[in-house]
Amino acid sequence: MYNFTFHRPTTVRQAAGLLARNPDGKLLAGGHSLLPVMKQRLAQPSAIVDLSLVEGITGVELKGRSVSIGAMTRHADVANSPVLKEVMPGLAAVPGSIGDPQVRNRGTIGGSIANNDPNADYPAACLGLGATIITNKRRIAADDFFQGMFTTALEEGEIIVRISFPVAKKAAYEKFKHPASGFALVGVFVSKRGPDIRVAVTGAGANGVFRVPTFEEALKKRFAAKSIEGLTIPASGMNADIHASPEYRAHLVGVLAKRALNKANA
Amino acid sequence: MSATGIGAPVRRKEDFRFITGQGQYTDDVTRPGETRAVFVRSPHAHAKIKSIDVAAAKAMPGVIDVLTGAQLATDKIGNLICGWMIHSKDGTPMKMSAHPALAATKVNCVGDAVAVVIAESVALGKDAAEAVVVDYEVLPAVVDPAKAQASGAPQIHADIADNTIYQWHLGEKKDVDAAFAAAKHVTKLDIINNRLVPNAMEPRAALADYDAGTDNLTLWNTSQNPHVARLVISAFVGMAPEHKLRVIAPDVGGGFGSKIFIYPEEVVCLWASRKVKRPVKWTSDRSEAFLTDAHGRDHVTHAELALDANGKILALRAKTIANLGAYMSTFSSSVPTYLYATLLSGQYNIPSIYCEVDAVYTNTAPVDAYRGAGRPEATFVVERLVEVAAREMQIDPADLRRRNFITAFPHQTPVIMAYDGGDYNASLKKAMDMADVKGFPKRKRDAARNGKLRGLGYSTYIEACGIAPSQAVGSLGAGVGLWESAEVRVNPTGSVEVLTGSHAHGQGHETTFAQLVSERLGIPIENVSIVHGDTDKVQFGMGTYGSRSGAVGMSAIVKALDKIEIKAKKVAAFMMEAAEGDIEFKDGKFTVAGTDKSAAFGDVALNAYIAHKFTGAELEPGLKETSFYDPTNFTFPAGCHICEIEIDTETGKTEIINWTAVDDFGTIINPMIVEGQVHGGIAQGVGQALMEGAYYDAAGQLVTGSMMDYSMPRAHDFPSFHVGMTETKSPSNPLGMKGCGEAGAIASPAAVINAITDAIGTEAIAMPATANAVWTALQKLQAPKAA
Ligand SMILES: Cc1cc2nc3c(=O)[nH]c(=O)nc-3n(C[C@H](O)[C@H](O)[C@H](O)COP(=O)(O)OP(=O)(O)OC[C@H]3O[C@@H](n4cnc5c(N)ncnc54)[C@H](O)[C@@H]3O)c2cc1C
Repeated sequence: MYNFTFHRPTTVRQAAGLLARNPDGKLLAGGHSLLPVMKQRLAQPSAIVDLSLVEGITGVELKGRSVSIGAMTRHADVANSPVLKEVMPGLAAVPGSIGDPQVRNRGTIGGSIANNDPNADYPAACLGLGATIITNKRRIAADDFFQGMFTTALEEGEIIVRISFPVAKKAAYEKFKHPASGFALVGVFVSKRGPDIRVAVTGAGANGVFRVPTFEEALKKRFAAKSIEGLTIPASGMNADIHASPEYRAHLVGVLAKRALNKANA
Repeated sequence: MSATGIGAPVRRKEDFRFITGQGQYTDDVTRPGETRAVFVRSPHAHAKIKSIDVAAAKAMPGVIDVLTGAQLATDKIGNLICGWMIHSKDGTPMKMSAHPALAATKVNCVGDAVAVVIAESVALGKDAAEAVVVDYEVLPAVVDPAKAQASGAPQIHADIADNTIYQWHLGEKKDVDAAFAAAKHVTKLDIINNRLVPNAMEPRAALADYDAGTDNLTLWNTSQNPHVARLVISAFVGMAPEHKLRVIAPDVGGGFGSKIFIYPEEVVCLWASRKVKRPVKWTSDRSEAFLTDAHGRDHVTHAELALDANGKILALRAKTIANLGAYMSTFSSSVPTYLYATLLSGQYNIPSIYCEVDAVYTNTAPVDAYRGAGRPEATFVVERLVEVAAREMQIDPADLRRRNFITAFPHQTPVIMAYDGGDYNASLKKAMDMADVKGFPKRKRDAARNGKLRGLGYSTYIEACGIAPSQAVGSLGAGVGLWESAEVRVNPTGSVEVLTGSHAHGQGHETTFAQLVSERLGIPIENVSIVHGDTDKVQFGMGTYGSRSGAVGMSAIVKALDKIEIKAKKVAAFMMEAAEGDIEFKDGKFTVAGTDKSAAFGDVALNAYIAHKFTGAELEPGLKETSFYDPTNFTFPAGCHICEIEIDTETGKTEIINWTAVDDFGTIINPMIVEGQVHGGIAQGVGQALMEGAYYDAAGQLVTGSMMDYSMPRAHDFPSFHVGMTETKSPSNPLGMKGCGEAGAIASPAAVINAITDAIGTEAIAMPATANAVWTALQKLQAPKAA
């Protein structure tokens, strides 16, 4: 790790100010993505702005027909949130599937979404529910937020404050774990909220999280696994590495989508 | 059986300090004025070093020195060696190229060290390491052993033609070819035994301390065999005379073979400590461990089995290319030869066997012994061949095995080994009962109703442990003798210290060895301590690998205890004024036959030291005895593992439903520890079969260089194992022990792959059988139907 200055602001405003004054500074949330790359000397931020003392950006709240989750809420706290388990257990299951207890007790939803790892779980939930990412500057629809591997709509110095998920009557996540890392080799989130049907896929795409319009269209007739029977997605555009071929990933998208639909309907 | 004697499931004495974080590992040892070594490593798999500029690095804060391979050569520090001579079939000795601890002119694998920074801290050392400027001329690389010998392949060492270290063979080709010509059925298989990264929990470390006052060097290191390390570093590397070098391997957190070897880093730390006149410590991080620990396996094999119409095996032949990596590690040459081909007879009566092995250099990390070392590779070849032959001939696989089991002992195989005992039918039968093989067809049907494919696979393995005796291994090319030593020190108060040349790094010797002493001397286990891992304390030792600590190490203790008893009886005779021949020893008490006179063990110990009852002319005072024990043969643990799996046809994912292991380890000192060893071995073998694999890309970059990409098995990947035992005593050591440390890793890969292939109905699946691989195999099977 290279040397850096360490800051612990208590408000989002202060944090934004610190970032403005330290152009190559970095926000620190749970540190489970940032610290490993710093330890390997692949990242060299001159300043670290730790969000852990910032007030008002943790917790899970039901606000009307939406669930609002503070950016600094740890995976374990989202997974165990009584209100979320009550209104949308399908979303609570997403952080519940992340890593191991150590990771779940440190990692945060804001960090995960800002990082937009192509194999991370939360991006599928955000896109699969049509969430809104609320920053210190604006509101960004999930459809606009995720822009490819490790790339988001966040501008320099922009801080995620909370994420607002509309409550869907039916929602479920199905994940095929990467045997080494435990991340999603492929993960599929499905939801139905009135006429709005979404199928979002993480892990599989060479360009990060994506929606599957053909599946969504077919599910409009009936939101059930049967509706997408026989439908496939092309292998082109899927990720290829030693862990899985594009064909296999494309195939898993179909399998996991059906399983997620069965779960959502259960 | 006493509560702490032989056969008792005594809780491990050492676990208190390990579990409470009080173990003392090499990295925990600190010396005043300690500096840290940070290595500058090659990012290229194959390159010429045109120049190294250390000036900027040397000027950085906290940097004490920056040393290179050129200086190593100037200081006449010798190369690392491989200590086992193999001769090619044409009689020529193996071709070993130089392995300097720091590369001076050329790098041959990613991670090859080219310089070392000695700094006040790791962080400052890393800063400086980045400032070392190395000008490389990158060369094409070869990583695949099957391509290393091709014409036009990159030449790794200028003095080694075709990257070929040796072309060795074993057995009678003529006989085998004749048997194949006459065979009714021939089974053929192409097998890749996948390359593995050992990943001991504690990474390697070294701390060297030069004492200018005495000119002595001390090395703390993560070694499975500190005396061998001292011998090699002294006699071959030429670092210091043996008596001026002390090697201490304190608590060591796992080895699995990877800590047998002598590595560049410990040599460099010793050398650097003498140069900078301060202690020098290096602790590998996990990324370095992936790149530089000796890897395991990496065989490419074509194997064939010849059978008659009744399924009697007539002959076996195999051609293997073994990847030894960029340099020959300490015992690398022996693994794909005498530890591999000698086990190709399995549990079967095979009249003739012929095996050819080419060992090759590639631009990858060195490959050497890893849990099982050659025997897992052999078992995989034999057990896959037998299983596939049974299926092809439509004979029940258990039945085909039974038809070919060796039942009369001793049995001379055509590949050197003389099996001294065993009962292979007994372990097969017991395992089949425990696994409820009879109920399998129903379970398979039930699974099919849930859309799952069930499979059952056997592995009836044999291995050779306790590699010995010295005369035999010497005749096969070993550069060392393979005996073990023990010294038993009885203190005046009757407590006992055992100094052993075996080394514990997870095996629980502090418990099992103490059980042996407790039983034999009739003293509480608390009164016994086991001392190991320090060349200044222990007389000498060959260390721990090849499941040899029980059969060889404990036998040495038995021999020393025999001498203790003889001497103690003499002392007791003087004490009780009786004839030596009338003294009996039982349950910790010396008695005079036919009288009620007795003396407790502790009283005799005290009398041995106060020596008031005898003169020095009659008997030397003291009670301390040493033994160097050389066994008469290898030991041959064997058994049967049965794996039952279920495959999710949609995802291709394999789940292990049931695992049965029935092993014959001879005498068992502590069944709980043995069971633990079996569990760990199975986990490692299943890891190899289902998930682990070290991959280099064509440029020689290690793609699986971290836990994010290298899949290690986790506890939740397994069911509870059913472990059973059968017992035939080994006739080649006084305790009748055989060894249990590697059996699980040797037996299990074949059981898993036999189960998967049974389930999916094709033999075309390689290790690791990932979900993707199984799904792809299933797709291929369905393809003709779809077309
Ligand atoms: C062993 C292990 C296993 C894991 N397994 C999984 C898994 O199965 N599934 C999964 O999805 N993830 C997994 N993760 C990743 C884990 O969920 C991370 O914690 C998460 O991706 C990042 O969150 P963090 O709070 O740790 O962020 P940090 O590492 O602190 O930050 C990550 C990035 O986000 C930026 N950032 C942080 N907070 C904000 C904010 N509020 N606004 C703007 N930018 C911000 C940081 O500057 C940094 O660039 C795993 C990680 C580890 C170490």
